[in-house]
Amino acid sequence: MPGKPEGPAGPAAPETTVPVTGWGRTAPTTARLIRPRTYQEAADAIRNCGARGGIARGLGRAYGDAAQNAGGAVLDMTGLDRIHAIDADGGTVLCGAGVSLHRLMEVLLPLGWFVPVTPGTRQVTVGGAIGADIHGKNHHVSGSFSRHVLSFELLTADGQVRTVSRATPLFDATAGGMGLTGVILTATVRLLPVETSYMSVDSERAADLDDLMARLTATDHRYRYSVAWIDLLARGAATGRAVLTRGDHAPREALGKRTRAARAPLAFRPRELPPAPAHVPGGLLGRTTVGLFNELWYRKAPRARTGQLQRISAFFHPLDGVPHWNRVYGRAGFVQYQFVVGHGQEAALRRIVARISERRCPSFLAVLKRFGDADPGWLSFPVPGWTLALDIPAALPGLGAFLDELDEEVAGAGGRVYLAKDARLRPELLTAMYPRLDEFRSLRAELDPHGVFVSDLSRRLGL
Amino acid sequence: MKDAFGMPQSLLVLGGTSEIALATARRLIARRTRTVWLAGRPSPALDQAAAQLRALGPDVHTVPFDALDPESHETALGKVFADGDVDLVLLAFGILGDQATDEREPVSAVRVAQTNYTGAVSAGLVSARALQAQGHGSLVVLSSVAGERARRSNFIYGSSKAGLDAFAQGLGDALHGTGVHVMVVRPGFVRSRMTQGLPEAPMATTPEAVATAIEVGLRRRAEVVWVPGALRVVMSALRHAPRSVFRRLPM
Repeated sequence: MPGKPEGPAGPAAPETTVPVTGWGRTAPTTARLIRPRTYQEAADAIRNCGARGGIARGLGRAYGDAAQNAGGAVLDMTGLDRIHAIDADGGTVLCGAGVSLHRLMEVLLPLGWFVPVTPGTRQVTVGGAIGADIHGKNHHVSGSFSRHVLSFELLTADGQVRTVSRATPLFDATAGGMGLTGVILTATVRLLPVETSYMSVDSERAADLDDLMARLTATDHRYRYSVAWIDLLARGAATGRAVLTRGDHAPREALGKRTRAARAPLAFRPRELPPAPAHVPGGLLGRTTVGLFNELWYRKAPRARTGQLQRISAFFHPLDGVPHWNRVYGRAGFVQYQFVVGHGQEAALRRIVARISERRCPSFLAVLKRFGDADPGWLSFPVPGWTLALDIPAALPGLGAFLDELDEEVAGAGGRVYLAKDARLRPELLTAMYPRLDEFRSLRAELDPHGVFVSDLSRRLGL
Repeated sequence: MKDAFGMPQSLLVLGGTSEIALATARRLIARRTRTVWLAGRPSPALDQAAAQLRALGPDVHTVPFDALDPESHETALGKVFADGDVDLVLLAFGILGDQATDEREPVSAVRVAQTNYTGAVSAGLVSARALQAQGHGSLVVLSSVAGERARRSNFIYGSSKAGLDAFAQGLGDALHGTGVHVMVVRPGFVRSRMTQGLPEAPMATTPEAVATAIEVGLRRRAEVVWVPGALRVVMSALRHAPRSVFRRLPM
């Protein structure tokens, strides 16, 4: 008769050994995926994670290898999904790190509150939002996510749960620290009051990159949200042509009377199409298809339109409408390249855009944004300046070397690439891009001397 | 760690003087590789190979390794893996033998089989276990078109590669879903020291071309790579040729 299995007294968190990738679906590695449902289970998982360490993972929207840990433990934090307290008068929420922004919107919008910062997807967790110090279309006004975090609870390598408040070294190391300081368990986040769940949107076209930058510089301050979709396949005089969409939350009176929107001004009803099929052949998104798409997208955009009402989901998260859209790049997956260069480095931005468009990188999801002031996170990505993000199929020949050249250009201009999206940066460039990396490393050495918190990203870049 | 394009940061070459392996190492060093282990029998050639790679920038170490001594593989390779993650193991050792001599002297034929097949089985399994423990990595196995269908002119070598090829494919399936990727590389006739003096076969290729194909295969996470690619079609036809025809083909 088999003996009783040995183990901890309480029930352990469910665990499976599976290959894990980021959203870009490149470089899969295998880890023990553990889904803690309580603080205790999270602490146990970290205590027993073994020689190859552990890392927290949310909804897996980091494009690269930030939330994978080959041969070690990956903590799926979506089990800590409780909203503990909402201050509906003061506008704050205290919730588990595994709560998604989608869930927060579902709960908070009917109460007249919105998340302070949302990226291009609602499917990120609060813990991930802090770990990557995410930004959104309102960065030039509202900064990154951590600016709105009042405090959080962090499970550190010694098994303790610490309450971390703003303006402390641990807060600044964790905001943008890619989960390497510990596991965020809960967070208190300040919210934004809104009157409706609709956006009032102005759209306009920009004929080329200079026109685009001029428009963004001149009038961005009038809008809470601003972003430009940029056609990186356009060449010659049209290089960098773009469609700007900027707006703000629609006030109650903008919905009119007796419209559907006016009857339920705070309703949150995102629409969803069927998911992308599980197996898509590679090479579908080549130069021809993407070129055609970009041409149509540019031409169908209005030259200038103001005050259009859009749902929150359509304005912020159009791609969330197609679940698993990342499969359209096929088996080889894709990389997302996002960098920022400071104000005054417009020449570098122009050179990079010209190189991408000359090389004909098939990218249909390229966006340009003007960042506002930086936040204090040591490895936080945004700095005041220009950021460009683009998706490229990983199977494109010579892409690795090409992106290395762009890195040199970015680093030379004092810029940096975004770690939450990275899957390929040359480690040597990291210290130039993130000058506070040494502080980060020494804080980690002190807080986590045995290197409990490890990810493929931290191994690859030596974070 | 490998990057999004499958480019490794650390490389272990089994058969550290193989020209194909060294051409591959040079290519990978130009991309991301910063640590190289060259495993082979200690010799001036091995040290020279290490020195040449070192001149390109990375940390290069040599480690004594003998394919014919499987008992020692665990210890020899264990040292490398204990030192840190290995992102790519390139199993490149192998000998061609001399068909005529080997037919006359069974002992030397067995040497070919032991080097190319049983040595590789042992080293492959030792590497696979270590890669599995680290949860990631690629094992690239240099097979040969000669293993696709044994030919009169080199069936001793061909049969050893056939065994190796079948072993590597099976290992790849066994490791599927473990994070470890096994890639079988089947070059045709490669102009190198090993084939010096032999009559060149059609569609001959170079170590550099094989290295390029390996880089592309890593990016695509391919399971089988033919060099040149057209050999896949040619060999597929030859594989189905009737025995009486195949026997008479001038190759």
